[in-house]
Amino acid sequence: MVDFVSVSLVFVIASTLLVVRILYVISQSSKPARNASQKSLSTLVVLGSGGHTAEMINLLTVLQKERFAPRFYIAAATDNMSLQKARVFEDTLDDKISLKGANSIQFMQIYRSREVGQSYITSVGTTLYALAHALWLMVKIRPQVVLGIRWSHIFYVESIARVKRLSLSGLLLYKLRMADQLFVQWPSLQKQYPRAHYVGRLM
Amino acid sequence: MDDKHDEYKRTVFVTVGTTSFDSLVKTVDSKQVKEALSAKGYTHLVIQMGRGSYIPKKSSGEDGSLVVDYFTFSSSIADYLRSASLVISHAGSGSIFETLRLAKPLIVVVNEDLMDNHQSELAEELAERKHLFCARPQTLCEVTKSLNLDTIVPYEPGDANPVAKLINKHLGFPVD
Repeated sequence: MVDFVSVSLVFVIASTLLVVRILYVISQSSKPARNASQKSLSTLVVLGSGGHTAEMINLLTVLQKERFAPRFYIAAATDNMSLQKARVFEDTLDDKISLKGANSIQFMQIYRSREVGQSYITSVGTTLYALAHALWLMVKIRPQVVLGIRWSHIFYVESIARVKRLSLSGLLLYKLRMADQLFVQWPSLQKQYPRAHYVGRLM
Repeated sequence: MDDKHDEYKRTVFVTVGTTSFDSLVKTVDSKQVKEALSAKGYTHLVIQMGRGSYIPKKSSGEDGSLVVDYFTFSSSIADYLRSASLVISHAGSGSIFETLRLAKPLIVVVNEDLMDNHQSELAEELAERKHLFCARPQTLCEVTKSLNLDTIVPYEPGDANPVAKLINKHLGFPVD
């Protein structure tokens, strides 16, 4: 009986702390950073499949590499091309700008919550599994910037293929206000989602 | 491949990216579409068939018809795009913008078998802006027959700098 009470107590306290934490993260997002130091920020780049990776590489090309370092790339386990494209991109960087050292650029794979065409029922199980894997990776990496939970600034760029409707990821991040900045690439989306940023197309 | 008449060589490059799009490959490999392409002055047809199971028929074009070749994947289709006079592509954003940025005439074919077809939004928007032509596998033959490349409006490539600027500003980095 005592064990049950103490376990329940721990569970309630932990849940409360978690809820407070989540509310804090949500309230703190979209506020510009107060620290204007020139320190580089460890960055997690999340690569969607196919054309989305091309958009991301386009964005990374114009970002100052020394500000966004070290860099961790994540792609879906079933996506064979994206990490390869990221490797090629990192290889083309000027030696003076790119980072030396074993841990400064890393490439990782993550389980997808749902494959294209997968039934929504089986998606519940695979999503939970992917979530557990993702949480484990986040704790391991603890990035300061997420491109594609304060500890991190989160920037989300909606795919250029999304003209009239947001993707599920974009919709979740927008509604839950979890991204510091959410970019859309077509004016029709900005009209529907006024808190999104529209500054033209990436491609 | 026949290199004899290189100066008259006009290649149509078909790409399905990393997908399986049998209905497009089948349609392109049909007698009607090949004859329509020939009538428009194209001499070669190269098909990148991806994960599809339908295998096109190679042809050396000795009987005056199109020279046809195919392959499944390539690490980069940039060279194929560059040497093409016309591109017929699935509606993936990567293929579309890679082709548009090379200023190649493009027919985008939407795969209606895909469940949530947001891809068609992009193809339709760009077709409305006259940057490319849009078709379905069933209408590809008609679109090919009535193809008029003079109506194409060149696509102005986008720019990632404004996004980078806002990201830097938010992080407190000086904006150059």
